[in-house]
Amino acid sequence: MNLHEHQAKAIFAKHGIPIPRGRVVFSIEEVASQVQALMDETGKGVVVVKAQIHAGGRGKGGGVRLARSVEEAVERAQSMWNRPLVTKQTGPEGRVVRRIYLEEGLDLEGSREIYLSLLLDRATRRITIVASAAGGVDIEEVAERDPSKILRMPIDPITGLMPHHARRLGKGLGFSGVTLAQFAELLHRLYGLFLSEDCSLIEVNPLLCTRDGDLMALDAKIALEDNAAFRHPEWEGLRDPNEEDPGETEAKRVGISYVKLDGNIGCLVNGAGLAMATMDIIKHYGGAPANFLDVGGGANENQVRRGFEIILRDPKERGIFVNIFGGIMRCDTIANGIIGAARAIGLKVPLVVRLEGTNVEKGKAILEASNLPIHSASDMAEGARRIVELVRE
Amino acid sequence: MAILVRSDTRVIVQGITGSAGSFHADQCLAYGTQIVGGVTPGRGGQRWVGATTGKSLPVFDTVEEAVRETGANASCIFVPAPHAADAILEAIEAGIELIVAITEGIPVVDMLRVRRMLEAQSGPKPSRLIGPNCPGIIAPGLACKLGIMPGHIHRPGPIGVVSRSGTLTYETVFQLSGLGLGQSTALGIGGDPLQGTDFVDALRLFNEDPETEAVVLIGEIGGSAEEAAAEYIAREFRKPVVAFIAGATAPPGKRMGHAGAIISGGKGTAQAKIEALREAGVRIAPTPAHIGVTMAEVLGRKAP
Repeated sequence: MNLHEHQAKAIFAKHGIPIPRGRVVFSIEEVASQVQALMDETGKGVVVVKAQIHAGGRGKGGGVRLARSVEEAVERAQSMWNRPLVTKQTGPEGRVVRRIYLEEGLDLEGSREIYLSLLLDRATRRITIVASAAGGVDIEEVAERDPSKILRMPIDPITGLMPHHARRLGKGLGFSGVTLAQFAELLHRLYGLFLSEDCSLIEVNPLLCTRDGDLMALDAKIALEDNAAFRHPEWEGLRDPNEEDPGETEAKRVGISYVKLDGNIGCLVNGAGLAMATMDIIKHYGGAPANFLDVGGGANENQVRRGFEIILRDPKERGIFVNIFGGIMRCDTIANGIIGAARAIGLKVPLVVRLEGTNVEKGKAILEASNLPIHSASDMAEGARRIVELVRE
Repeated sequence: MAILVRSDTRVIVQGITGSAGSFHADQCLAYGTQIVGGVTPGRGGQRWVGATTGKSLPVFDTVEEAVRETGANASCIFVPAPHAADAILEAIEAGIELIVAITEGIPVVDMLRVRRMLEAQSGPKPSRLIGPNCPGIIAPGLACKLGIMPGHIHRPGPIGVVSRSGTLTYETVFQLSGLGLGQSTALGIGGDPLQGTDFVDALRLFNEDPETEAVVLIGEIGGSAEEAAAEYIAREFRKPVVAFIAGATAPPGKRMGHAGAIISGGKGTAQAKIEALREAGVRIAPTPAHIGVTMAEVLGRKAP
């Protein structure tokens, strides 16, 4: 789960990581009073108006703008409010801005911008710190152009982050004296935050090093590790339904993995690998999958029904391919689930079903006896070819 | 012969009194696995009885007791995700040689510690972990399965199967068995970003296993385990390999069911993995429905 900048910064503040002062607003009416309050608090006449969406590249997309008065700030906020913000990470349709973060403007004269992130690295099997003195810009571009500018430090879980790690990394970034000590302290706090809040990624881009050598997180990005949700009841309150696909959210709630795609053949499959493979084989025979849907390896009647409900809501659906390798599960049970769901929801598009596993003959007989327009396929290739033909007709 | 399991593999089930643990312990017994006991903290001293086999087994509070009393050398773990890392670490410390973790949804941070413990082992019989989030391992020739796969689709034979997926492995095995190509050992290494055993570990074992003549490798998008496998195959592997990589049509940035199945920053695409494997001399099955026939072709056997 991704967090908004303002949420990430609140967590930073809780862990003693320096951030600029700021306030979040959830309605356009609040902007003027909150800008005034922020200006009063900071004694500065400059604020930064920052659109809050779950995507990077907001600055270049026009979602981060400076304002030198309350009126100007309101005007900037109005130009973003309830409108899609398009960045290189959002796709062409953009993301609608429904909350704005107001932050004190800082004097950047003579400052440096650093890139700093902590992530779970699959290759090294370690929490790895990635840093670069070339911060403030797209780090992937830096990585491509000049990989030597990127420092990587995997941290052994036995010792955790030690002060010497931080010193070495800080030296690599060109810090010395008081700033080096400040950096070590900041990194120590970020590492502690990463573990205690169960993150999968923390990214600070840029980390500001001011003219006076003080460090401050100018931006903050946190991704939480979904598998750890059971030990964080507070995460529910951090969720932003506007940033999620309603179908994907509902599927998750009933224990189904669902990802919406662009095609017109709905897929209902048990198991993630087989579900991806089913999409692939539909494409192979010239069709286009409308979704990824995994009802879980050990499919049962209820999961099949729920899966049906989710895919049938897509108006683009022209056909459905059910591919279940029941294994230990009994095919007659699954067949009953399919028929129940098809009857309850009302089937308006062709349905091809491929069933395999225990009691497969019984399952097929049940499908045939149902008098529903269900096409039974004896293997995955036949099923995929069939649904592609039926959708084309 | 098979890899990782032997005729003297004696198994305990951690989480045997839970619904999944109980059901699958019973299924494993029915298949022929020597299950010798179970562990559920707080239920020590009770007896577990299999619903279909009627077999009665002792339940222990700790893995240490279970090992002492039953001589177990393998464990199959069904403990729920919040307690699963602890269960794996307990099995390592009790000296269990083969640990199969079926549990899905273990936090990656917890797995970092588990991986580190596995790497830090120095004794004569280090523990090996398969999984988590996997279907387990089966050796049809030994009638031994530790996991949740349907035993009846497997046949004894010369093909090794290693996969990141569950049901796609069953699909593969089903195709192989239908063509008369039995399996020496089939194992799922799991769909999570961090695993105990990876492709290279499994391939190394298949390389040394005289019963295994060829290997099917089932990969998917995300990470670089398939690329590492390709590099290993090109360097050392002496047997034919057929592969299928799932997720060629998956969009970037989206997690496809498995925690580890995600293309991020342009890395981990099916195309890159297929390319790497092909360059290493691996035959790629054109569709997931042609994995079996591709293997038959490679072995020069006509499909019946």
